[in-house]
Amino acid sequence: MILQVKNPVVEVHDLTVSYDRKPVLWGIDLTLPAGALVGVIGPNGAGKSTLIKAMMNLLPVSSGYVRIFDQPLKQVYSRISYVPQRESVDWDFPASVFDVVLMGRYGQLGLFKRPRKADNDAAMEALEKVGMQGFANRQISQLSGGQQQRVFLARALAQNADIYFMDEPFAGVDIATETAIIQLLRLMRDEGKTVIVVHHDLQSASDYFDWVVLLNMRLVASGPTEQVLNQELLEQTYGGKLTLLSKVGDLLRKQEFPAREKS
Amino acid sequence: MNAFWIILTGSLVATCCSLLGCFLILRRMAMVGDAISHAVLPGIVIAFMFTGSRDTIPMLIGAGLLGVLTTFLIEFFHRFARVQADAAIGVTFTWLFAIGIILISVFAGQVDLDQDCVLYGEIAYVPLDLIITEGGLSMGPRTVWMLAVVTLLIGLFIVLGYKELFLTTFDPAFAAAIGISTSLWYYLLMGAVSLTTVASFESVGAILVVAFLVAPPATAYLLTDDFKTMLGISVLLGTIASFAGYYLAVWLDGSIAGAIATVTGIEFLLAFLFSPTHGKLRRQKRVQTVGH
Repeated sequence: MILQVKNPVVEVHDLTVSYDRKPVLWGIDLTLPAGALVGVIGPNGAGKSTLIKAMMNLLPVSSGYVRIFDQPLKQVYSRISYVPQRESVDWDFPASVFDVVLMGRYGQLGLFKRPRKADNDAAMEALEKVGMQGFANRQISQLSGGQQQRVFLARALAQNADIYFMDEPFAGVDIATETAIIQLLRLMRDEGKTVIVVHHDLQSASDYFDWVVLLNMRLVASGPTEQVLNQELLEQTYGGKLTLLSKVGDLLRKQEFPAREKS
Repeated sequence: MNAFWIILTGSLVATCCSLLGCFLILRRMAMVGDAISHAVLPGIVIAFMFTGSRDTIPMLIGAGLLGVLTTFLIEFFHRFARVQADAAIGVTFTWLFAIGIILISVFAGQVDLDQDCVLYGEIAYVPLDLIITEGGLSMGPRTVWMLAVVTLLIGLFIVLGYKELFLTTFDPAFAAAIGISTSLWYYLLMGAVSLTTVASFESVGAILVVAFLVAPPATAYLLTDDFKTMLGISVLLGTIASFAGYYLAVWLDGSIAGAIATVTGIEFLLAFLFSPTHGKLRRQKRVQTVGH
């Protein structure tokens, strides 16, 4: 069930990525529609993070190419933003929340230019969107996990890009932050932005995403959520690893359970 | 006047080294500075053999090339031979330094360089090598002029590239995603470290260079939570160490470079104990007041 779309925002063609000559992603061919909230889902080690990193050219690829907005990546850097995994940076770094959010403006500023008032305003506005405006001068080492994630999100928002890649934004955050983030992501989608999210929680997936990419080294499925999240495809993705999964898939399909209790 | 020139030399070296050191320690690459400061030796000797003089420019070029080669080799061994980063650093710089030592000892008769000078420098001789104009006017020591130019260059590099250096240090993946080349800024930073190292080595020696690269930034890291303040504090600490170290050496009648390095260590110890934010003693006190 791999659905290709017309006029895709992201086009991945025959992408293979290897670590140390061992392929971790094999022959990925997919297209993603504009203005969608896309979930990339699969078991641990399936290459979910690798896929989005390869889409942004952060990793050397063995074969294949990626086009974004029908252009090579180099020409559209300013329209792309990235929210890396929270653990990927040192949170004891001597920087304030505002310093980090302002980094979102660096790409547009270009070489030798200092941030101006417009950039400071954009950073403050982004902080307000994630509800962290009161923390602008706070040291980043004093933040909780959820607050760190909001700061990263604000940094991406400050960039005002058209496509956002997010690596596990819901990992290890409190429920209030998770709700706040998903609301924000929906808002962004409604503004016509494309948001691609690496996600590990199957339960919430059907509720959160419009489009789901199922991945386990190979591409198992890519299509609208309701067509993709079914037992057969989930079993193909997760293999026989968990019998529980088929039950979860069943329940999800029948919608007996809400994906998460609404607060 | 001699004291002035010596302290000025120390302060200029301290300024370049501590500025660059702030980036190095936050990238967890403090020891790359150590590696470069030793590995430039063969570059200096080769430059000397080619030109037969101790002119500054060829030496800067020779050492600069070796410095970049060192960082390249470290990256190469780490990434492709998959050796741990610290092991790659250890192998690379000891090997290059040893080649430099062999070159010096083989060509000892022709080369006006020696190992002791490279390691410990001789800051006390700085005021002896003056630039004298044709009219017989002394313009001050040659080393001071060279270091002033290098300090200016390093300062300019950090002011102009501040955004990119800050971002690639904090979050290289995000930098790459928005189109800022992390390897370009990595090699520029390493090039700057090489330049600083070779410009300072003959006056203060490799060991004081390493002390200035690591100790003032590490001390400043304990004293502040703001990166720009950290840059400022580390320069200040390096300058204070040059002053205090000089007078300590005069008082003890000992090595000036050694005394300055000692002061940087004492500064670190004081910050470790008494820093308002990270200090060991302060923290205990705070816990006690909360407890009572």
